[in-house]
Amino acid sequence: MASTTAPAPRARARRAAGARHTLRLRASAAVLAALVLAVLLVPLLFPLDQQAVDLAGKLRPPSAAHPFGTDEVGRDLLLRCVYGLRVSLLVGVVAALTATVAGTAVGALAGALGGAADRTVMRLVDLFSSVPHLLLGIFIVAMFRPGVWPVILSVALTHWLSTARIVRAEVLSLRSRPYLDAALTGGASRWRITVRHLLPAVLPQAGLAAVLMVPHAIWHESALSFLGLGLPAHEASLGIMANAARSSLLAGDWWPTLFPGLFLIVPTLAVAGLAGAWRERLNPRRRSELTL
Amino acid sequence: MTTRHPLAALPWGPMARMAARRALTAVPVLLAVTLGVFAIAAASPFDPVRAYAGTAGLTASQENLDQIRHNLGADRPLLGRWWDWLTHALTGDLGDSAALRAPVSQVIGERLGWSVLLCALAFTLAVAAGTALGVLAARRRGGLLDRAVTATAYVLEAAPPYWLGLLAVWLGALQLGILPAGGLTDTGSATATAGQIARHLALPVLVLATSQLPWFVLYVRQGVADALDEDPVRGARARGLRERTVLRHHALRAGLLPVLTLIGSRVPELITGALLVETVFSWPGIAAATVQAATSVDFPLLAALTALATAAVLAGNLLSDLLYGLADPRVGFDG
Repeated sequence: MASTTAPAPRARARRAAGARHTLRLRASAAVLAALVLAVLLVPLLFPLDQQAVDLAGKLRPPSAAHPFGTDEVGRDLLLRCVYGLRVSLLVGVVAALTATVAGTAVGALAGALGGAADRTVMRLVDLFSSVPHLLLGIFIVAMFRPGVWPVILSVALTHWLSTARIVRAEVLSLRSRPYLDAALTGGASRWRITVRHLLPAVLPQAGLAAVLMVPHAIWHESALSFLGLGLPAHEASLGIMANAARSSLLAGDWWPTLFPGLFLIVPTLAVAGLAGAWRERLNPRRRSELTL
Repeated sequence: MTTRHPLAALPWGPMARMAARRALTAVPVLLAVTLGVFAIAAASPFDPVRAYAGTAGLTASQENLDQIRHNLGADRPLLGRWWDWLTHALTGDLGDSAALRAPVSQVIGERLGWSVLLCALAFTLAVAAGTALGVLAARRRGGLLDRAVTATAYVLEAAPPYWLGLLAVWLGALQLGILPAGGLTDTGSATATAGQIARHLALPVLVLATSQLPWFVLYVRQGVADALDEDPVRGARARGLRERTVLRHHALRAGLLPVLTLIGSRVPELITGALLVETVFSWPGIAAATVQAATSVDFPLLAALTALATAAVLAGNLLSDLLYGLADPRVGFDG
């Protein structure tokens, strides 16, 4: 009824919103695909020699030869940004996967066991969320000295909480469903119920959490690296590039600072766009939930 | 008839009881966090003796190193060291910071005020600007203004605060040349005047506020827009009330309260932002000291600051719940 009697302007507005939605989804997918392709293919085609310096061509502003300009020792910034994103993506994906697997295991365990185990796990989650994540990350990295694994560890250790919460809530709501009663009546073991019935049901939610966590993990890694506490300097991630650009920024050269930051923002927005579409497909009514 | 002061009408008794209960539950949390901090340090390759001895440790004899280890108490088990630290901390002795060459309690005392000043100003600005922009965007959801505000909020949310800080330095200090790029006072100036400090505060406050802004904008927008779809608003419109009246008296009250009660839970994000912004602007606050402490593996300072940050987060949560109970009497103060 509403569709036939709704006033024309409103229907048009809704169509326009729908078109924008589709456009945003396609643009996000295209941007993300382009970035992933670049990160995978560019190193094969254009090897980056971190040692190769060209002091005569240092700090050139963006031009046709160097679209992003050159850095303080004359290296091409576009190429360095792609390599930096490659490092950041790698660390981000590994950290996000680790955190999601840990969070899913902990959350499913808490939800499936219930009782004292559940209370203990939730206390632990509360405990971890009462320390600011970047501070905990800084502490861990400072104690274990900079390196790839301490960074991944520190990101994973601070990011499993949200997944654990989501998965636990999902498992708790699943436990009262009739098909689980049916499985129990059929004589299925606790293990079988968890693996065959509970985990597959929470996987879409956990997958969404993992995808949304990658930008978070990258953000975290870049912040640690910017502070000089993250990856070692030869793993030139985007945060390290932004840190290295500080001296040239004070001399007025903006491009070595601007472009690494843009390379962090664009994939984050693309992932958010994709995850938003996925979320609406999973459950059109619960749009505003699951903001990490 | 005498009117009671509005403050006297607040349920002070239940609120005080809730605060006391929270203070009690904060004790085990702080104990667990500090113990965790000591456990991480014990599991790491970090060696307090080498940190203490510095370069002299490279040439010192094993005997001397062992003596230092004994003097520092580093040869004792984890629980013993933690307990020593805790009992000393209760008397106000948090150990000495090697990085800043001062007692930890003195470092905190000198720097905490500057951080609180920066964070309080930035937070107030973020709440005010975020509320205004969120309400403006919610008034016509899907309109041009709404889309512009929302898109900007998403971009700012994705932008790292340190990067915003660097761009602000470039724009404010280098291009426009109106604001200093960092520090607390002008170089070469021995005294700190209020005007100088205000000029040095401007950029860090703006950047920290900008980094906190998106969350407020998006939540206020969501809350007010949802409230505008509710029955009381529809009823008010049907009675022919002006849109301004509807917005101010019906939608804002319902839509803003849940958001404003959440501001206490933003303390972790505020601390995260301060860690990055203070470092970029060389602000002499506690967050910049944390980064310095981490760079030089200054364990006593890091341990104390982690405990301090945890206490701040717990206080923020308490504030959140108190405001929530005040805003919605059905919730009460039982938590």
